[in-house]
Amino acid sequence: MPTYLGMPPFPVAARAAVADSQLRANLAHATHTIRAKRAGAVAELADWEQLRQAAKAIKDHTLAHLDTYLLRLEANVTRAGGHVHWAADADEANAIVAGLVRAAGADGVVKVKSMATQETGLNEALAADGISALETDLAELIVQLGHDRPSHILVPAIHKNRAEIREIFRTQMPDAPAGLTDDPAALAAAARAHLRQAFLSADVGVSGANFAIAETGSLVVVESEGNGRMCVTLPRTLISVVGIEKILPSWRDLEVFLALLPRSSTAERMNPYTSTWTGITPGDGPQDFHLVLLDNGRTSALADQTGRQALRCIRCSACLNVCPVYERTGGHAYGSPYPGPIGAIISPLLRGVTSPVDASLPYASTLCGACYEVCPVAINIPEALVHLRAKVVDAKREKTFSPERTIFQLSGRVLRSPRLLASAQRAAARGSKLVARSGRIRRLPPPLNGWTETRDAPAPPPESFRAWWARTRGPRS
Amino acid sequence: MRIGLFVTCLTDTLFPTTGQAVVAVLERLGHQVAFPPAQTCCGQMHFNTGYRREAVPMARGFTAAFAGYEAVVTPSASCASMIREYFPALAIEARDPGLARAVAEVAPRTHELSEFLTGVLGMTDVGAYFPHRVTYHPSCHSLRMLRVGDAPLRLLRAVRGLDLADLPEAEVCCGFGGTFAVKNPDVSAAICADKVAAVRQTGAEVLCAADNSCLMHIGGALDRQRSGVAVMHLAEILARTEDTR
Repeated sequence: MPTYLGMPPFPVAARAAVADSQLRANLAHATHTIRAKRAGAVAELADWEQLRQAAKAIKDHTLAHLDTYLLRLEANVTRAGGHVHWAADADEANAIVAGLVRAAGADGVVKVKSMATQETGLNEALAADGISALETDLAELIVQLGHDRPSHILVPAIHKNRAEIREIFRTQMPDAPAGLTDDPAALAAAARAHLRQAFLSADVGVSGANFAIAETGSLVVVESEGNGRMCVTLPRTLISVVGIEKILPSWRDLEVFLALLPRSSTAERMNPYTSTWTGITPGDGPQDFHLVLLDNGRTSALADQTGRQALRCIRCSACLNVCPVYERTGGHAYGSPYPGPIGAIISPLLRGVTSPVDASLPYASTLCGACYEVCPVAINIPEALVHLRAKVVDAKREKTFSPERTIFQLSGRVLRSPRLLASAQRAAARGSKLVARSGRIRRLPPPLNGWTETRDAPAPPPESFRAWWARTRGPRS
Repeated sequence: MRIGLFVTCLTDTLFPTTGQAVVAVLERLGHQVAFPPAQTCCGQMHFNTGYRREAVPMARGFTAAFAGYEAVVTPSASCASMIREYFPALAIEARDPGLARAVAEVAPRTHELSEFLTGVLGMTDVGAYFPHRVTYHPSCHSLRMLRVGDAPLRLLRAVRGLDLADLPEAEVCCGFGGTFAVKNPDVSAAICADKVAAVRQTGAEVLCAADNSCLMHIGGALDRQRSGVAVMHLAEILARTEDTR
């Protein structure tokens, strides 16, 4: 994910986000609204839990036989007149797309909202090659016009309110109508007019896919606005960049996911547009179709026995919308196109845990479990987070001196010995007399000062429970 | 029933009155309570922060200290979920079949206090009296890992004199998260601010929970604001009778 190099660790970025009153208000409003709607949409289905378990089983089966299904997909796409390209990483994927755009004789593309191309930094890579990429999803367009980054998987401009969006259109959209208001319908109409000519004149469309059906070599895009339908039908050439984990064996499997995804993401019973295509159809739609299958860390995530469950993700965003951390920080603090709880596990799984931001992401959670509860494919995100925390710690073991590791090793020795624990409790009680006022401690030294910036700490009492027990019930009770 | 009390390192060190309250409630109900002095810590803080290797000796210590008890009762949903949910995986990771057997033996008999009272003993009225307005925060691990459901609320509703106030957005985390509160203090405080506002909105005198860790967090913020709202562990409310007031 080249465009996110050098991002600060999560706590640093989060500190600024937490202090941004406009951001906090926008996020609190948006996440609470969608949270309540999702709960209502899910409650309508009596067999939600069975659907969820079915989806989990389908994805796990597919991931366990990924080699078989990928080759089947390739064969069927090819048979239907498409071309399949394999990209090991982001740079390879971007180079393949740039080459295909040039071969089509184009210098610009229209884009369907796609997480895979956000992940590879495709727009920036194409720009470096002199190719312009126009985002046609309304929220992605807002982000692109605002020279901003997406902050949510489903609603990339969730951090902006309508007054801010009006301002972006007014200053950045050359054909914005005079007297544009912040009425949502007026804003959508302005974007619609702005995009229409681009749809009609584009030679190349670029998309991702929500699902790839191996048995027929078909791709599926699920969307709300219809811009995606335009991009995959109007241009002469269509290029789809798809992560290798997006595959489903059959159309029967798709049915389960089309029930789970809209209710989890937009709280709709059914999304407005579901586009499917299989290779090329002579005389109808794109006559040149390319599927770029993207690895970019997915096979190494698949090799991680606990982490691999993250590859079940269908990018619905339900976990973001219920997360108490995401609600206060927004998506930018996560230093990745994948924010929120799923981002806190996907980014380190795909990119490794060596960079400061990736090493901080598994800790960007209270482990409250709200994400796991709403996940439509039952990804145990808290389990994966603590697993990745161990990877972060283990990657640093034996290497450098770490004050944190020293603290945990020493405290570990104390906390496994009843004798040392009792001594520590007596020492704490003595220290408590010096610093506590009416049973509370107002200030603690680093690394605990973060606690007492906003909270009092309890003073250790004169007598621990074990001391009380020994005194009143006898030491051998 | 011979019950082993796992008091937890946090309650042992900082909140001994909670441990004393658990003993008082269980003895009042006619049970024999033992405190195996070899017990220390379940290792959750180490495990959850990534120091899994360091957590293994604590899991061994726990299983050794509590071998042979009919039931192990703890006033922490969080520590009970560590033992029941993560000890089995930890034993496999440590390649220690002896530990795996010991965990399989003791983990299913380990209960958080409210599940023990309602589920194992099958009672909701433990004879308590507490004439105060109380609101209850269902801690995340009690709700989503241990799945104690409304067991604590049923116990509180049976307390004579107690006026139970609904906590708005009760199921949202308080922002503690163990080392999260120290590693991400700004986000933790921001989450806690909303929890504190919800608690104060209820007009309760006392905030109650089944975990002293969450109470330490929310209580620390309530105290910093001089809110006048006290925090009490569920056990301490259940231990109150007309005679102990």
